[in-house]
This record gives sequence, C-alpha cells and structure tokens, in this order.
Amino acid sequence: MADKKYPAPVGNPETAPFWEAAKAGKFMIKRCTACGEPHYFPRSICPFCFSDKTVWEESSGEATIYTFSLMRKSPTGPYAIAYVTLKEGPSLQTNIVDCDMDKLKIGQKVKVVFKPTEGAPLPFFTPA
Amino acid sequence: MTIKGKAYIAGIYEHPTRHAPDKSTSQLHAEVAKGAIEDAGLTKADIDGYFCAGDAPGGLMPMADYLGLDMKKLRHIDSTDTGGCSYLIHLGHAAEAIAAGKCSIALVTLAGKPRTGPMPPRAAGPEADFETAYGQTTHNAYGMCAMRHMHDYGTTSEQLAWIKVAASHHAQYNPHAMLKEVVTVEDVLNSPMISDPLHRMDCCVVTDGGGAMIVTTPEIAKSLKKPLVRLIGHGEATKGPRGGKDLDLTYSAGIFSGPRAFEEAGVTPKDMKYASIYDSFTITVLMQLEDLGFCKKGEGGKFVADGNLISGTGKLPFNTDGGGLCSNHPVNRGGMTKILEAVRQLRGEAHPKVQVKNCDLAIAHGTGGLLGNRHAASTCILERV
Repeated sequence: MADKKYPAPVGNPETAPFWEAAKAGKFMIKRCTACGEPHYFPRSICPFCFSDKTVWEESSGEATIYTFSLMRKSPTGPYAIAYVTLKEGPSLQTNIVDCDMDKLKIGQKVKVVFKPTEGAPLPFFTPA
Repeated sequence: MTIKGKAYIAGIYEHPTRHAPDKSTSQLHAEVAKGAIEDAGLTKADIDGYFCAGDAPGGLMPMADYLGLDMKKLRHIDSTDTGGCSYLIHLGHAAEAIAAGKCSIALVTLAGKPRTGPMPPRAAGPEADFETAYGQTTHNAYGMCAMRHMHDYGTTSEQLAWIKVAASHHAQYNPHAMLKEVVTVEDVLNSPMISDPLHRMDCCVVTDGGGAMIVTTPEIAKSLKKPLVRLIGHGEATKGPRGGKDLDLTYSAGIFSGPRAFEEAGVTPKDMKYASIYDSFTITVLMQLEDLGFCKKGEGGKFVADGNLISGTGKLPFNTDGGGLCSNHPVNRGGMTKILEAVRQLRGEAHPKVQVKNCDLAIAHGTGGLLGNRHAASTCILERV
C-alpha cells in the first residue's frame, strides 16, 4: 500500500494555516480562547460558543481508536477507516495505516503520521 | 400550533420496477407522480404544492416544468434534501404548508436509477479536505457504528442478522421484491464480510425505481374514496461530529426526531401497531428502535432477536414489504417506501400474510446521510381515521 495515492487538499483561507503546518510535520487543532474547548476540523468561529477567538494549537498527535471498520475490498485495496480521539479531546475520522488491520482494537493507542500527496501532506494514524 | 391531524395521505404509488435501464430518471418521476395522483382519484391539474429532493434531475424547477404542473396553480414548493429521509421531512413540511393554507394538494416524488449506473457525487461540504481521503463509504460508516455498538453494549452479529431474517420473511410475499428468498441467521453470518462487522446480507439492496404520494387537507381527503390516513406527529433533526466533541456513534438524530413526533401525536412507541424503520443496514434498524424508544439504549439486540420484528409472530411488525434489506431502496433513499408501506398497513392494503390486524397507528421513520457521520432523521406518526 506504500504507493497508494491520496487526493491533495484543496484548501481555503480558513484552513490554509493547517496545511502549511502539515508541510512542516505539525498536526494542528483549533482551540477557543473564550470557552476553552478544542475542536477539529478547524473553523474560524468556535462551533461550541460561537466566539471568533479561536487560535491554532499543535496537537500531541496521540490518540486512541474510538471505532473502526475494515473495508475488505476497494479499487485501492483493503483499508481501515476509523475515528480516533485525540489526547486533547476532539475525535476525528482517519485511516489506521502501516499496521496489521486484523489486530486493531477499540481503545488502542495510535499516533499521527503524515502521508504525501501532490499538495500538502495528509494526517493518518498508526499504532503507537 | 400543531400539524396534528391537519394533513392526510390520499394517494400513494411505488414503482414496481427494480431495474430500469430502458427508462429516464425524469420519466420515473412522472410515472410515480401519475400513479399517486390516480391512486388518490385526482388529476394533475389539482396539484398546488410540489416537493422533491436531490434525486430530481436538475432539481425542482426543471422537474415541475417536465411534469407540466400548472404554473398558475402551483403555489408551494420545497426541495429540502436530507438524503434518504427527505420524503419523511417533505410529509411534515407538506402538513405545515397545508395547515398554514399555503397549498391544499401536494405531490411528493422520488425516483432514480442507481442500479443502472452510478449516482452523481454530492457537492463537497466544509469537511471535504479533512475526510475525503479516508475512503468513507456508506458501508464502512455504518460498520463503524456497528463496531462501537458491539463494543459498548455487547450487540452481536447474530442479533443484527435477525433484522434481515424478519425482512426476508416479509419479502417472500411481495411479488416486486428484489430478494424474495427467506434467509436464516446462518445465511447472514455466512455471507461475505463487506466492512467489519457488516456482512453482505446486513446491507440493503441497490434498486432503480421510485415512489410518490399525495398529501392533502382533511376536507379533500374525505371527499375521495381511499381509506383515511392522516399525519398526527412529525419530528426532524440532524446530528454530526460537531468539532469532534463527545463523539458517540451509538445513537442517531432519531433520538431527537422521535420524541418530537411522539409528543405532537400524543402517543408512545408502545401504541404503535406497525413500524416502518429505515433499513439501509441492519444496524440502522437496531439503532433507530433504541433511539425511538421501542427499547432501552443498548437493548436493541435483544429486542430484534428471535423473530420479534416478524408480522404475526413478533411484538413489533416492521417493514412488511420486505424493506430496503429485501424489496426496494430506490435511489439509495428509503424514506418514501417507508411511508408507502405504513399507509398500506393503515389502509389494510398490505399483503394478507403480513397485514397487521386492526392497524390504526403506525410509525414511519428514516435517516439520511450517514449514521457514522453527518446525518438527518425524520419521524412521522400516522393514524387511520
């Protein structure tokens, strides 16, 4: 699966800093300085308290698997789709990569890993 | 203000086709519209409200023109698109419009051909860059719900299989059903794994086709010849990951739409004689039954097991047409057929082998989008008068 091709993010003014940071190997989340809540994917206005006082924060990239499903067949081969919950709180959809899919478990510790595209790299997770 | 009892379903039609390579999608919309209008005993010239969703080629304006709806008469239009539950929401919105005097005879149509060819992609949402690459499909999005439900509540593949078994028991009596063979729990468990933990037989069929209904005022409904079926409660809701806070894929937006509908109707899940529950996958049914209050959260597996959903045997007869799991899932949108079979049950027009005795209260409930991600839900409580 090493040569699996992923689509390049299109990007927009709101999310550009996320993709710039990704190029430097940093996985960013947003945090609201008004209510203190972190969120993902990044928005300029907090989805919880609707304040515009949101700031970028580098995530530890440490997470646990909330749930997953193994897609047994696809045009690009089998893959594991999952939701993982970051140490900082937010959960996000991803793929668990570079792993033995049949050994994945809910609650398992994973960490972020970036995969290249023709644009900015994309965040994935792999067993820690 | 309430819509309770203010709108009646006077006409229904489900296209008998399950594969229509020789027809256009617009043609199917016209055929189901004609069927529902004739079932009601009305004419096209009577239509003064029109509802359709994203399956209508080009949207509402081209479809209203193609159907030749009377532009001098058509005074209420609504193209709300919430995927598979759009038509349940249309029913609620039609009732609101009728109660407000904005229209008196509304037509709702659904049609399309996903079995003949792939459906056009949906427009990207703000999440696209952060999700598209991960290969989310309907199968694995619902697979992730099932995986977590099993983890949290001990739900088993055997329990999920009972939902398909019940649907197949009903489908054997539906001459139009795509899959008429009665299957066993073992058959489901032995079918190929598609996206863990969902097997092929946990998934619904992919069919061409469509359906339509006519929603009207109490006065007009009573002037027509069909048995009287009215809407007495309606709810709609959405749910999504919402920034990733407190993600919980074991419940759906049905947990919000259900109580809204039951409260408006002044009835409870226990009062329901029949249930049309959206069955894109077996896990969809199990989660909806819990969310709607037919059993406690986490006890859906026990509730559906041992044939409890089979008409004549179980306590809650469901999807007696065979549902999306066996009969029909036109355009990958099951909301319309959920209403149609509920109306057949209330009219006493279901197949005699699956007709519920004295069926005077029914629920039609559906979801749209992906339970494992952003989705909507709509609940309709229907009553025979």
